[in-house]
Amino acid sequence: MSDDALLNRLQRGAFAYITEYANAQNGLIADTSRSGSPCSIAVVGFALSCYPVAVERGWMSRTVAVAQTLKTLHFFWNSPQSERPDATGFKGFYYHFLDMKNGRRVWQCELSLVDTTLLVAGMLTAACYFDGDGAEAEIRALSDALYRRVDWQWAQNGRETVSQGWKPECGFLHYGWEGYNEATIVYILGIGSPTHPLSITSFAGWTSTYQWENLLGQDVLYSGPLFTHLFSHAWIDYRGIRDQFMRETRSDYFENSKNAIAVHREYGARNPRGYEGYGRNLWGITAGDGPGNREMRESSRDRRFFGYMSRGVPYGPDDGTIAPWAMLATLPFGSEAALRGTRHLLQAYPQVCANDRFSSGFNPTLAARGDGWLSEGWYGLDQGLLVMMIENYRSGQIWKITRECAVIRAGLKGAGFEGGWLSQCH
Amino acid sequence: MSLNVPAPESDQADQDDYLRRVRPAAWKNPVPKSVYDLVILGAGPAGLAAAESAARHGRSVALVERDRLGGNSLNTGSVPSKALIATAGVFASIRDGEDFGAALSRKPPTDFAAVMARMRRIRTRIAEYHSVDRLCARGVDVFFCDGRFISANTLLAGDTPLSFTKAIIATGARPRPANIPGLEQIGYLTSESIFDLTELPKRLGVIGGGPLGCELAQAFCRLGSQVTIVQNEPKFLPREERDAAELLSMSLSRDGVETRLNTTVAGAHKMNGAKLIDAINEDLRYSIPVDEIVLTTGRVPNVEELGLEAAGVDCEPTQDIKVDDFLRTTNHDIYAAGDVCKALKFTNVAEASARLAVRNALGGKTDRQSHLAIPWCTYCDPEIAHVGMHVREARRRAIPVKSYTVMMQDVDRAITDGKDDGFVKIYVRDGTDSIMGATIVASRASELINEVSVIMSAGIGMRQLANIIHTYPAQSDAIRLAALAYMGNQPDFAW
Repeated sequence: MSDDALLNRLQRGAFAYITEYANAQNGLIADTSRSGSPCSIAVVGFALSCYPVAVERGWMSRTVAVAQTLKTLHFFWNSPQSERPDATGFKGFYYHFLDMKNGRRVWQCELSLVDTTLLVAGMLTAACYFDGDGAEAEIRALSDALYRRVDWQWAQNGRETVSQGWKPECGFLHYGWEGYNEATIVYILGIGSPTHPLSITSFAGWTSTYQWENLLGQDVLYSGPLFTHLFSHAWIDYRGIRDQFMRETRSDYFENSKNAIAVHREYGARNPRGYEGYGRNLWGITAGDGPGNREMRESSRDRRFFGYMSRGVPYGPDDGTIAPWAMLATLPFGSEAALRGTRHLLQAYPQVCANDRFSSGFNPTLAARGDGWLSEGWYGLDQGLLVMMIENYRSGQIWKITRECAVIRAGLKGAGFEGGWLSQCH
Repeated sequence: MSLNVPAPESDQADQDDYLRRVRPAAWKNPVPKSVYDLVILGAGPAGLAAAESAARHGRSVALVERDRLGGNSLNTGSVPSKALIATAGVFASIRDGEDFGAALSRKPPTDFAAVMARMRRIRTRIAEYHSVDRLCARGVDVFFCDGRFISANTLLAGDTPLSFTKAIIATGARPRPANIPGLEQIGYLTSESIFDLTELPKRLGVIGGGPLGCELAQAFCRLGSQVTIVQNEPKFLPREERDAAELLSMSLSRDGVETRLNTTVAGAHKMNGAKLIDAINEDLRYSIPVDEIVLTTGRVPNVEELGLEAAGVDCEPTQDIKVDDFLRTTNHDIYAAGDVCKALKFTNVAEASARLAVRNALGGKTDRQSHLAIPWCTYCDPEIAHVGMHVREARRRAIPVKSYTVMMQDVDRAITDGKDDGFVKIYVRDGTDSIMGATIVASRASELINEVSVIMSAGIGMRQLANIIHTYPAQSDAIRLAALAYMGNQPDFAW
């Protein structure tokens, strides 16, 4: 099968998750394909960004995409915003997980800054893509209103940088959010807000925790889990635009993701813990599902395994679990490595891709059934990210859309980004 | 399984030797000289280092100690804890023996009495090097009594006034008292009193995730206690960088320590014979049942009842004594050194600051404490050591810095030893080869970091370091490999 045919098949398979696991009444998308799964607002953000891809690829009519997008936006605009513990959101932010039917908070989860950001990024993408009249104009108006409602200043909580979340039961969460991660887009959308912007200094406050490292032979702005080098990039084209940190280090965030991928490949090749399958063409250690907390003795050593968690390279944690979708999601940063790795994976372990859709996690070391542990079903985040990253590789569609987004341009400039497409007249 | 049996008689003899060295029962304070060149208040690591340094230069010295020589470090801190950690390391090696083809048919029991007896023997042995006999032989007048200043140049040792030209306050610090409702009532151990235990607690709760808390948690877990450590920050060792703290967190979990990060202790109470730590994590409230609780939430300086006001030494209650860069207090005849004035409350810092204070006070020098390159280490497994500047500090000061990292899993000796968790990170001022600091996580990071201290003090840069031949195989080769990574990264890299 040609590369393009393979990509088309896998991209369409990933997109099909979104339509299969959506609530057609309110636009919410299930976090996973597992029975009873709630909605993840981040998956909704990915879905809103994927509808334009589906329209352009002919997998969904524009009319249906508009209707689905509007339904989603109406739900978020009309859902309850309050301090009540069963609300849908507060201060314009939304709870991480919502009941698929009534849209109320579940699991006593947190009001999530990063997941709201991904949701809003999807809304802004839709607003930029749907440029017609009537219902499409309503998409633009609602997206704008929803974005303006987000109180980023409140989320700063009087501090230099933002908190990761808030709960009505205990207030702002006390997590350290130190060092580079997926949060770049949080600051960009937060700083770009015309109503409740993050302070200009917040981004510098966050970047002051960065670590510029020479690691496994690569110069890299370090972050361990692979997804942290991908999420913001699904929406924003970082090629050639630089903030102060990247000007100082003579790199950019796009190049940095390329280098981070090289670190992951090198780690796979060195395979210091001797995990089954790892190699230069089998890598991709990131956040995702895992075998669960258990221990095993194998090849004269104790193995510890974990459940859903953020795994990273090279400092760990690493329990031999790879995310089968991760190599393909790096496509825009280097197609040779992404495709070679994905083809190897599909050949060696075809069970990781059922219905043209990659599972969240796979651990060939834990060979309880003889063929390794495999995560049950699919995760929406993985599928949405894959659709967007494959499209950015194939046509650059999402990047083209968001390059025209005034909010994103304002946020990037406010955070100190310069050069490249950002300097071109708009 | 744990054995708890009475200490043998030899242990009592050992204790007698120990007390004879650090606080003889029949001690008589000497007749004082009319004026001392140096009076030192406190005979912990700082006080002892100051006394030995001044005496070596022929100065008259009086050393006033209200308790035992050696301070926290010898008696209830570094020495006993490292002895305990060494035993815990043996148990870890036995546990991992199967990996090396040395499996035991059954896990050996912990003879806790023998563990503690060993700790006391080691303490007695090390006490000899700083014993009162040796101090007297060097000409130091040792006064075992309370001391307090009564004027700018007079200190009252018991009832005896001691006049001085210069003085050094080296009274150290003590565990911060509990500020947790109910804890005082149910009783708790401190990082000092834990070494008086006669039985291994079945369940131990450690409150505080700093160096002491982490060391004790891992050591007692390896000895056989079920340990839960509660830390109110998102990571252990807040002073250290994220990757080091996360590696430690994984290591503690692997050993079997229950780790509770982001968790506040709201109170403690007793129920059905068990002590319960009331914990809050976000919106979750629960209780942790334990048999003993050890509190390791920091230390406060010993500044009370020292007559500081009479001497003109500014100090706020419970705050470190204020000193300038030369370690002078607001009375320029009185200096301070060690835990009583330093944020880094470590034995090596205490000793280094004491020697600097003596040089400045008696040697006519103007050495600055800010110029000291101070390495420190947390003695968990793997150990976590640091020297110089952290990346976040450099970036806050707008200094461009790049880390050259070598993973211990890529170092041959670490692999052969089966000790390949960790890394060496050397922080280099970007665009130069100047070393600004380093963090090392390794089984012997406390030793490796000293090489970096030496090369930093000698002004050796990454280029020169790359050409320094190391033994092979050696864990310290990681330092050279970091320098080689630097060289490979240079555009002008040549033969």
